[in-house]
Amino acid sequence: MEQAGVVIIGSGQGGYQVAASLRDEGYQGPIDLVGEEPQVPYQRPPLSKGFLAGKTPAQELALRSENFYPDRGITLHRAQRAVRIDRTAHRVELASGHALNYAHLVLATGTRARLMRVPGASLDNVLPLRSQADAQAIHERLQTTRKVVVVGAGFIGLEVAVVARAMGCEVHVIEFADRALKRAVSKEVGDFLARAQANRGVAFSFSTSVASLIGNGGKVAAVVTSAGTTVPADLVVIGVGVEPNAELAQEAGLHVDDGIVVDAQLLTSDPAISAIGDCARFPAHFSPVPVRLESVQNAVDQARFVAARLTGKAAPAAEYDKLPWFWSDQGEYRLQIAGVCSADDDVVIRGTVSQGKFSVLRLRGERLTAVESINSPADHMAARKLIAEAVTVSRYLAADASQKLAAAVHLP
Amino acid sequence: MPQITYVQSNGERRSIPVSPGATVMLTAVANDIPGIVAECGGAAMCATCHVYVEESSLALLPPVSEVENEMLDSAASERRTNSRLGCQIAMPDGVEELVVHVPSSQN
Repeated sequence: MEQAGVVIIGSGQGGYQVAASLRDEGYQGPIDLVGEEPQVPYQRPPLSKGFLAGKTPAQELALRSENFYPDRGITLHRAQRAVRIDRTAHRVELASGHALNYAHLVLATGTRARLMRVPGASLDNVLPLRSQADAQAIHERLQTTRKVVVVGAGFIGLEVAVVARAMGCEVHVIEFADRALKRAVSKEVGDFLARAQANRGVAFSFSTSVASLIGNGGKVAAVVTSAGTTVPADLVVIGVGVEPNAELAQEAGLHVDDGIVVDAQLLTSDPAISAIGDCARFPAHFSPVPVRLESVQNAVDQARFVAARLTGKAAPAAEYDKLPWFWSDQGEYRLQIAGVCSADDDVVIRGTVSQGKFSVLRLRGERLTAVESINSPADHMAARKLIAEAVTVSRYLAADASQKLAAAVHLP
Repeated sequence: MPQITYVQSNGERRSIPVSPGATVMLTAVANDIPGIVAECGGAAMCATCHVYVEESSLALLPPVSEVENEMLDSAASERRTNSRLGCQIAMPDGVEELVVHVPSSQN
């Protein structure tokens, strides 16, 4: 029997990166990359932006060419679902009946779109956005729809609203919270981005949820809100967050708590199994409790960390501690976020909100915890460095956008 | 056919035939050129597709935008007068060869 190597379940950004980094680090054993989707591993961020708008062609989504995988000795199992992990035998069983033996297993199973559990949720033209197939389906319907309701004013919801509006649709965003992007950014940035879309004609209903969906001939025709309002719709896009794909881990007896729980080395409760990316809950110095982050950066950096650990390139007992960063493209506004703050961290505005070029600095005492930048890439790039260095800053100097952000740092 | 030539920091060269409009970043990724990380996939959000454009090719390219300018200031390898982000530059029409040098580090 062939020597057991590394098996990676999940062929998204994180799973792909584990395989690629293992080879970059000189790993020579077998690598099996198992994914449920039919495509070669691809990028998800453009799905709600350029790809949805029809500007980014499908072939530009691929992270690497088809040839990359055989060329690097990576066995890519496409459209294959892992159904069971046998931890005693160190074996993963696939839906096809095939089984893969592992010396080490990496779970990069990602998340799935949370669905609405309201009457009418299964009508046609009520669609989530997670996969390329989802985005393709929404893109096709946007060609003929006139009235779009977006449920959720998070990143996905706002990005879909931008694209649908630019394609000439009437767009109405319904959000349960009292403002946009409440889980992700400060009120200042969330309100700014929602206002930018409102100025373009997008309607918003905050503190509102969906009570039911009304159909006509099997297709959605309207959304009834918790306020009792009926909003006509021929397309409803659901952007109410995601749920981690943790069932496989749970059934294998691994520790799961809204995500697959890992330690600072990204190992699960079984030392032969790691978990990375959107599906993993890990200890982070910036949070009193373990966190689960949904981002490209987190998936990529955790993948590199695991590859370095498996190839002996990392220092023994090295702990994962990369600074999180995020981005969103919303029409002419580019949001970049460095760091993760607490909701009650202080807010200092740098730059001029009305000019659409500013950063919101989040501070705990004098320590910079996060920076949310609108059309201010220099602030963002500086912030990534400064937050990672755990600097303290002068609020007064940091608010002065005529000076570089680094000029506000207190000398040690 | 026009081509983009990638020169690694160790001097290794590879030329990829392209059509006009092909970006330096996407061409590199599709052909597994080392050293072009492109973590954000071409959104000018990460500055990990930084390249040095050979002087003879530089004048053929459109000017650096404000966003690209700010991102280049923070690239991992030193910014030079011929620094560009690979995702923001494409093979111009009517040009036979675009030569770019890949920096030793992007992270």
